[in-house]
Amino acid sequence: MSTFLRLSLHIKFPLSSIAGSRQIHMTNSLLELRKLARVRCVDNSAIGKQAMAEGRPPKIIHVYNKKAIATIGDKVLCTVKGEMKKAIVVGVKKHQRHGIPRSDTNNIVFIDDNGTPLGTRILAPIPMLLRKVLKEKTIAKGADYTKVLAIASRFV
Amino acid sequence: MIGRTMLAGYKTLVRLALNAYPSCLQAQVRCSSSSNKLFQVQPGSPSLSTSAKVSLEPSEEVTTSNSQLESSHNNSDVKESSNPRTRQTAQRELEDTFTPFRYVYPEFLPDPNLKFRNRIKEKLERLDMLHRRSQVDIPEFYVGSIMSVTVSDVNAPGKTTTFVGICMQREFTGLKSNFTLRNVVDGMGIEICYDLYNPTIQNITCLRLEKRLDDNLRYLRDAPLEYSTFPFDMTPEVKNPDAPVPINPLKIKLNPRPWTAKWHLWDLKGIEDVSHTLEDWQLRKLKTWKFLTGDEVKNVDLMKTYRSTIPVEEQVEIYSEFAPQLVSISQSMKKQKRKRTFSKPTKSA
Repeated sequence: MSTFLRLSLHIKFPLSSIAGSRQIHMTNSLLELRKLARVRCVDNSAIGKQAMAEGRPPKIIHVYNKKAIATIGDKVLCTVKGEMKKAIVVGVKKHQRHGIPRSDTNNIVFIDDNGTPLGTRILAPIPMLLRKVLKEKTIAKGADYTKVLAIASRFV
Repeated sequence: MIGRTMLAGYKTLVRLALNAYPSCLQAQVRCSSSSNKLFQVQPGSPSLSTSAKVSLEPSEEVTTSNSQLESSHNNSDVKESSNPRTRQTAQRELEDTFTPFRYVYPEFLPDPNLKFRNRIKEKLERLDMLHRRSQVDIPEFYVGSIMSVTVSDVNAPGKTTTFVGICMQREFTGLKSNFTLRNVVDGMGIEICYDLYNPTIQNITCLRLEKRLDDNLRYLRDAPLEYSTFPFDMTPEVKNPDAPVPINPLKIKLNPRPWTAKWHLWDLKGIEDVSHTLEDWQLRKLKTWKFLTGDEVKNVDLMKTYRSTIPVEEQVEIYSEFAPQLVSISQSMKKQKRKRTFSKPTKSA
């Protein structure tokens, strides 16, 4: 049984040394969502569908938290088709802790400033964790992020 | 599940042990008063026959199942004290008894990396693992088996969530040991990593017990989604518990590049040949890579094997200490399962 150390090079010696070139340091990709990360829109909003069909996916330009790394449930600001739109991250590629699902693509759902989603349905399964996370983020008489849960088709 | 062959093997084992090492082995094989019944020596019981190969390679394809954990029955009766056993034979027989355990309970072995060895921590962890196993049935499973896990979840409507998927990989040892299940839900590939010994896990069921040609199936991420799709309402496939674990020889055709990892550099047996997709310079690099780290080298590199495995003697020491409890737990779990699934027949007029 082999342990897969995520933060170290899994190739045990540098391939560059065979070719005779300089050694380069390689780390596994952390698969974190930062600024300029391209994400996939999984709701049926018009702007999202057009962007994905064109092959110009939304890009994160700002993450609304202190760490500037977006995970499940974080609000982000994206550029899509030349416009700036807010979104909620509903799926990440990064390896997660016990019980939290990891999806094959980084998924987002567009929302407006009040937390109302732009689409009417979410086409991909979203983690059950969002129920708790979005409720915590919701401010009374402010933005209600739990509206996103209402349009979800399946929880995982 | 551990069957009768297990029990018979233990009886014989103790008989051998008492003949060869009266004092030191009796100290090692600790068992509670209730499980002492396992160790009642009976005259004329069948002898141990070696069916499991003893080797240091953990990645060797072994098809011993849980119920073959001890050894297969030998029909011929062997008299107890006809031949004096030598120390070597006794040790070898001990090894044959316990080494199959490493395939069914691999997380009981410590991390081979010397940096992370801590004997006291390992002992304490093993006690905790045993206790957890007495509460929840953790079945025998391998990478490639299809499993269903029920976890208690505060956010779920029924307070529990069930996920079904193929076991993609098993990592770490001790209480940290985990496994990842992969499935495709609504066209989206979902993977969930579960800690084996997490107390929020309510139920782990192996729906289809089988092995694959590789140690981990991370390449499923770069394969067509059909290979990772399994229905959530799958029923457990009942198989003969004494039969060896079947190896699924499926060879997957990967998607065209880009991939999430350089699968051509990994020694993968479960994928179709991808060298025709590589360019000349990549083929040359691959050739050098295989020359330096290929199968021929692995078989000869003793230090690599030593650093990545636990010595047989230590395995025997660990499993001999816990085998009686593991056996009794397994049997009681089996009984409980039978009790739960038994439905009283109703009288029909």
